[in-house]
Amino acid sequence: MSVDAATVRRIAHLARIAVEEGEVEKLKGELNAILGFVEQLKEVNVEGVEPMTSVTPMQLKMRADKVTDGGDAAAVLANAPQTEEGFFLVPKVVE
Amino acid sequence: MTTLTSLTLAEARDGLRAKKFSARELADAHLKAMEQARALNAFVLETPERAQAMAAEADQRLAKGGARPLEGIPLGIKDLFATAGVRTTACSKILENFTPTYESTVTANLWRDGAVLLGKTNNDEFAMGSSNETSCFGPVTSPWRRKGSNVPLVPGGSSGGSAVAVAANLALGAVGTDTGGSIRQPAAFTGTVGIKPTYGRCSRWGIVAFASSLDQAGPFARNVKDAAILLRSMAGHDPKDSTSADRAVPDFEKAIGKSVQGRKIGIPKEYRVPGMPAEIEKLWQQGAAWLKSAGAELVEISLPHTKYALPAYYIVAPAEASSNLARYDGVRYGLRVPGRDITELYEQTRAAGFGQEVRRRVLIGTYVLSAGYYDAYYLRAQKVRTLIKRDFEEVFAKGVDAVLTPATPSSAFAIGEKSAGDPVEMYLNDVFTVTVNMAGLPGIVVPAGRDGAGLPLGLQLIGRPFDEETLFSLGAALEQAGGTFAPARWW
Repeated sequence: MSVDAATVRRIAHLARIAVEEGEVEKLKGELNAILGFVEQLKEVNVEGVEPMTSVTPMQLKMRADKVTDGGDAAAVLANAPQTEEGFFLVPKVVE
Repeated sequence: MTTLTSLTLAEARDGLRAKKFSARELADAHLKAMEQARALNAFVLETPERAQAMAAEADQRLAKGGARPLEGIPLGIKDLFATAGVRTTACSKILENFTPTYESTVTANLWRDGAVLLGKTNNDEFAMGSSNETSCFGPVTSPWRRKGSNVPLVPGGSSGGSAVAVAANLALGAVGTDTGGSIRQPAAFTGTVGIKPTYGRCSRWGIVAFASSLDQAGPFARNVKDAAILLRSMAGHDPKDSTSADRAVPDFEKAIGKSVQGRKIGIPKEYRVPGMPAEIEKLWQQGAAWLKSAGAELVEISLPHTKYALPAYYIVAPAEASSNLARYDGVRYGLRVPGRDITELYEQTRAAGFGQEVRRRVLIGTYVLSAGYYDAYYLRAQKVRTLIKRDFEEVFAKGVDAVLTPATPSSAFAIGEKSAGDPVEMYLNDVFTVTVNMAGLPGIVVPAGRDGAGLPLGLQLIGRPFDEETLFSLGAALEQAGGTFAPARWW
């Protein structure tokens, strides 16, 4: 499988990364080089093989359903580029 | 003359307790060495005031006789670990002004045991790279040079700054992370010891996430014993990371010097890759001979899915990265580039904030997870991953205690030599290390020799899950036979 210019633009939009029109060809080449490299996985017989979900056998622990953290809005907002009255500030989303 | 910066970590620990020098003197000697080595670009942030304050506290504890395991030991920390009140960037423009309000569990464990923070070390942006050339702070230069040449070489990556801090005597030890080889490959390139412990041995909490099912923290040191001392402090169960293993942390230092008599070492035939330099093949055989003369038994083994580990990795790792890096949205923290609407804000912020390699991997990851492609790429790669792990399980079930392989397919290359071309060329650096992350196993790299140009080469030992002790014992046996390696100072 390989990607064309339209797919590169679509993927970039899905990833929310602006790509200049002049960069599309170069990116297409790089992505196809990587996709070409991973193509060899098709040779592997994976019939009846379970996909890995956990690399070490482990059981998720249960814990009491209690609030263990939070209540510190100042710390949460400390690195935010724009805030107002204890909220993150974004451009208008809903008309 | 032995200076304070050329001591081993264990020697410094003992010297501090014997009051031969103070923690403050030890910290100051390292801070001065860092200043003189700025040309190497190993540190992206020096924290002299923090170091001196921590050293002063260590001196008080030492005076009272209540020294903790790492009391007064100065360390470099990869800039991927959140350090409270100390800028943490992952060496990405998108986090250039990020100052965490919290501390990663691994670094908190080190401070709990008395260690001293010298500064944050350089790395490939978001740990994506094998040469430390993708950092937004510029590349790290290796303290090693080819005989008769002053061409600057890469230290390997992504934990290049940590490797160089240790190799160039700027820190007694350092901490890195390893997703596909990011501790072991730079350890091999710089003649240092690096271990990626079993997945789950160290908490990932507070480490900037790259690929969550592969990421592990681990130490760099100038010898195997020092690495063992550091790992003991770093490791341990953490309720804040549900994948961290709830099991006791052994005193790894006790494994050093333990006999390797009768241990069964597997030599996997699939690691003899086409185009491998004769020097690497020779070093591998030398390492096997050393272990044999130390009493180990060598057996030829087969890990048939080895060649598929790297392509499977380049699906799994970018897929997880594309998901993890979705959080950099210009809203909650980090860089923000304004846009007309929220979508344009996201797109402009991420275009300006991510470097080329990160963008490439996020795009690949987005593609392989996108509708219609998930089964063909991601699901298939996770099935192949099961097969890679099964290869190791079968070998261990036959009584093999550890697997010996080369660490890298070559010695260090020049800055710029591989970064301009096909991205896959760079990826091939991790061909021997990536299987270990895919299978969640522990792997240690120990320097074992030099190539014709005088550059260090490493060997890798891969162990059973949670059997880092065997790796430390075997690594120490290799080290005893091969010695340790230090670059001649030119900086």
